[in-house]
Amino acid sequence: MSSPKDLRSPLSRARGLGSAKEGVRHFWAQRVSAVALIPLALWFVFSVVQGSGAGYGAARNWVAAPAVSVLLVLLIVTLLYHSLLGVQVVIEDYVGGEKKKLAALLLSKFTHALVAVAGIFAVLRIALGA
Amino acid sequence: MAELTLPKNSQIDKKAGKHHPAPAGAKNVRTFKVYRYDPDSGANPRVDSYDVDMDRCGPMVLDALIKIKNEVDASLTFRRSCREGICGSCAMNIDGTNTLACTKACSEIKNEVSVLPLPHLPVVKDLVPDMTHFYAQYASIEPWLKTDTPAPTRERLQSEDERAKLDGLYECILCACCSTSCPSYWWNGDRYLGPAILLQAYRWLEDSRDEAAGERLDALEDPFKLYRCHTIMNCTKTCPKGLNPAKAIAGIKKMMVERNT
Repeated sequence: MSSPKDLRSPLSRARGLGSAKEGVRHFWAQRVSAVALIPLALWFVFSVVQGSGAGYGAARNWVAAPAVSVLLVLLIVTLLYHSLLGVQVVIEDYVGGEKKKLAALLLSKFTHALVAVAGIFAVLRIALGA
Repeated sequence: MAELTLPKNSQIDKKAGKHHPAPAGAKNVRTFKVYRYDPDSGANPRVDSYDVDMDRCGPMVLDALIKIKNEVDASLTFRRSCREGICGSCAMNIDGTNTLACTKACSEIKNEVSVLPLPHLPVVKDLVPDMTHFYAQYASIEPWLKTDTPAPTRERLQSEDERAKLDGLYECILCACCSTSCPSYWWNGDRYLGPAILLQAYRWLEDSRDEAAGERLDALEDPFKLYRCHTIMNCTKTCPKGLNPAKAIAGIKKMMVERNT
């Protein structure tokens, strides 16, 4: 364990930088978003299967219906938020080295934000008839 | 920090293993394949096989290891003390599962008996892992009763129900079978406390006589110290005492949510 470069006591190493006093929010948000995704995902899959083969125009009209637009935006936000939290855990688990980890976390956050905004924009564009 | 590749000198040299045959005339022979590593030799670890006459050996894996050390190879190194599952010294990976050599019967295992040190800890020699960090993590949760109320002149009373909450927790012997079976502890053991230490932390959180629950939860609320647990359940599956560390960790997570909602 101890190389000549590291003469810290075992307790000092175990305590590290102490507690971040954070984590319960992340844990709870992951569960709440998971619960919210159950009805949203079921509704989405059911609707897509039902509307399959109806053509481009029908799909556009479906997205433009106010109730559908609202639910789609909710789905996009919840899904991307849930994914963001989940991918963060995976990166923290498996990516070693503080620099690589930080880079991966930033990349994940930016990508999730980009996909979420693009998705919401697409729905609004159809809904508001631009 | 995740370490997904093995350091060069930790890989088992498959050609170097030695075979020790059973004495002539032995009828009931079992083969024990035992991990051997000697840091002084500079050589990579190897797996030696020992054919043991089970008619002249006790029933447990520890009996066989002691017989090998006494009669065949005195250099074989392992920890053991109580030989009845209460000290936790002889924790090792037997037949692919972390358990106590003293309570694991050879008859429970089919064919050859593989014996390895606890996974993903630095090996001191043969079956002896370095437990320094594990013990330091235990010390870091301050595993003692903390009170501000002046000490009473008699015992600190506890109702039967309050005492019952410690059942399933106080029996932990800190053998480290659970922590070293946990992938999260393998990848992030430098920061993640692991199932054994978190079960111990919960033991003090659940103790009705303790007055430092808030302080203890403060010290645990951390993405790495606590929330590396992903309910993989290896800990509960492997515990040689039949305890449920995963449930204890869930208990801590529940307390965290309770004080935030």
